[in-house]
Amino acid sequence: MQHDTYTDSYLSEILASVKTIALVGASTNWNRPSYFVMKYLQSKGFRVIPVNPGAAGQELLGETVFARLEDIPDPVDMVDVFRNAEAAGPVTDSAIAIQARIVWMQIGVRNDEAAARAEEAGLKVVMNRCPKIEYMRLHGEIGWNGINSNVITNRKRPVKAVKKLM
Amino acid sequence: MTEPTTEQRTFGFETRAVHAGAAPDPATGARATPIYQTTSYVFDDVEDAASLFNLQKMGFIYSRLTNPTVSVLEERIASLEGGRGATATSSGHAAQMLTFFALMSPGEEFLSSRKLYGGSLNQFANSFPRAFGWKAIFVDGEDADSYRRALTPKTKAIFIESLANPGGVVSDIAAIAEVAREANIPLIVDNTMATPYLCRPIEHGATLVVHSTTKFLSGHGNSVGGAVVDSGKFDWTKAGKYPALTEPEPGYHGLRFHETFGDLAFTIHGHAIGLRDLGPNQQPMNAFLTITGIETLALRMERHCANAMKVAEFLQNHPAVAWVNYAGLPTSPYYELARKYMPKGAGSVFTFGLKGGFDAGVAMVEGVELFSHLANIGDTRSLIIHPASTTHRQLSEEGLRAAGATADVVRLSIGIESAEDIIADLDQALKKAASVTPR
Repeated sequence: MQHDTYTDSYLSEILASVKTIALVGASTNWNRPSYFVMKYLQSKGFRVIPVNPGAAGQELLGETVFARLEDIPDPVDMVDVFRNAEAAGPVTDSAIAIQARIVWMQIGVRNDEAAARAEEAGLKVVMNRCPKIEYMRLHGEIGWNGINSNVITNRKRPVKAVKKLM
Repeated sequence: MTEPTTEQRTFGFETRAVHAGAAPDPATGARATPIYQTTSYVFDDVEDAASLFNLQKMGFIYSRLTNPTVSVLEERIASLEGGRGATATSSGHAAQMLTFFALMSPGEEFLSSRKLYGGSLNQFANSFPRAFGWKAIFVDGEDADSYRRALTPKTKAIFIESLANPGGVVSDIAAIAEVAREANIPLIVDNTMATPYLCRPIEHGATLVVHSTTKFLSGHGNSVGGAVVDSGKFDWTKAGKYPALTEPEPGYHGLRFHETFGDLAFTIHGHAIGLRDLGPNQQPMNAFLTITGIETLALRMERHCANAMKVAEFLQNHPAVAWVNYAGLPTSPYYELARKYMPKGAGSVFTFGLKGGFDAGVAMVEGVELFSHLANIGDTRSLIIHPASTTHRQLSEEGLRAAGATADVVRLSIGIESAEDIIADLDQALKKAASVTPR
C-alpha cells in the first residue's frame, strides 16, 4: 500500500489492536522524545518494552531494557522504530522474525524497501508518524494545545482516554 | 495485508467552520462549546503534574497557557486556514508579537510591506525596535523583486497583508512566498481582512498566518482577539537561524522544540513559551463568542462581499467621489490579483476618495445615520472612518501617502444590512460632504 497518507481508520484499528509495543531506540534520558513517547503510551494502558543495546539490563519506567528485539521473552504486537531510516531496515527484519504484527517508524523515518518486506510477511506498516501524536489526535487530546486534529466527531469522548486492556 | 477500503474523508469549509475543534463536552455532553471560565486545572497526582509541566503530554495547567474553550477556537482557525496548529492571543497585535518573539533576536530584521494597517506600522516601526531590538525594513514596491532586493543576512521573515487595510491592495502572495522560500525564511501573512473563507495564504506558500479575530472571524464587533496559525511546513532546523525553536530551551530543561515536536513545534512553543512568558492569552468568553461567530463565517462573508460590490459600484458613479479602491472592481489595479487569491470576493473593507478632501471626509463621517463612526472593521454593522483624522493620524504626511490614507480617504467596512439602506445612508452623507467648501 502507499505510505504517503493513512486513513484515520487504518491508524485507529492498529492502535486499538495493540497491547505490547517494543520501542527500539528508547532513551534513558527523561527529556528525550523517545522517553516522552514511552511514558505517554504507558499512561494510555499500553505495555512498552524498551530496546537499546547501550542500556541493556537497566530498568526504564518500570520495564527492563533489552539489547535486541530477539531478546524479549514476551510476545510483541508492534515495534516502534526510533532509529534512522537506514537502521530501520534491520529492525524491520527483526520485527518480522519475532512475529510482530505491526512495524511503526517514527516521524522522519521512512524505509520503503523494509516496508515492502514487512508487508510481504503479512505485517502492517506505518511510516513517518508518531504513535503518541496519532493517539492524541484520534482521541481529541491534540487540540488541547491548538493543534489541528482533522477529526470531526458528534460523539462525547472519554474525559481521559485510556486503552481498555483485553 | 488489508488495504483501507475507504479514502479519508475531508470535510468542506462550511462543515469545518461549524464543527472543527469542537466535540460534545466530555463531562456533560453539552453540544455548544462550554465557556471554561477557570484559571486552573486540578492534577491527578504529582506524576500527572510533572508530565504536563515537562510537556510530555498535553493537557491543562493554567489558562494563561491553555484553556479548553480557547483551544477549540485555535483548532478551528487552524483547520480553516489549512494549518498544523494555532495559538490564540488577546489581540491581533499580540499575535504579531508572539510570532516575531519566536523568530527574532535583538539586532535582527524582517521585511514588511508598507501597505499595512496603521496600528501594525506603529508596532513595527516604533515599539518593536525600542523594546526588543527587532528592526522592520519597510519595502516600498509591491512586487516580489522589491522584497528580493531588500533581503540581507539579518532578514528573518517577510510580513505582508493578504488584503491590505485600508488601501485595497492585494499582495502577490505566491510570488513573495517564493522570495521567502529562496531565502529560507518564513513568509507571515496577515489574513484578517480576507479571512480563510476568501483566501488561504498557506495554500500559496505562506509559513505563518496571523489574524485579528476581532474582525470578520468573530464578526459581530463584540470580542477582541488574535491568532497565529503555523503551516507546519517550515524546517526550522534546516534553516538553522531560529534558535528559540531549535536550540535547548533553559525553561524546559534543555528541550529542543523542533526536535521534540516536529511540525507541532511552533504551536507548542507559542503556548509553552510565548503565552507563558509574554502573557497575552485570549479570554474564554471571547473565544466562545468568536467560535460562535466563525460558525456563520461563510454566510456572512458572502453577504459582506455582495453588499461591498454594490456599494463600490454606487460610489464609483457618484459625482462627489474621486476614486474607489475596491479590488473587486475591474478598474482596480489589484483586480486580477484579487481574482487569483480571493476568487469568492474581495472582502468588504475598502477606501474611496472624496473630491472635497479632508473637510469633506470629516463631514461625511459625522453625517452618516446608519453607519457607525468607529475604529474597527469586520462587523455585521456597516462602519466608517476617516483614517487621516483617526487611525492613521500618528503618521507623517509621507507615511499617510505610503499607507494609502491621505486626507481625502474614507474607509468603509460594509456590513450585512440591506444593501439599499447602506447605499441610501452613504448617499445622504455624501450630499452633506459635497456641501462643504474645501479649505
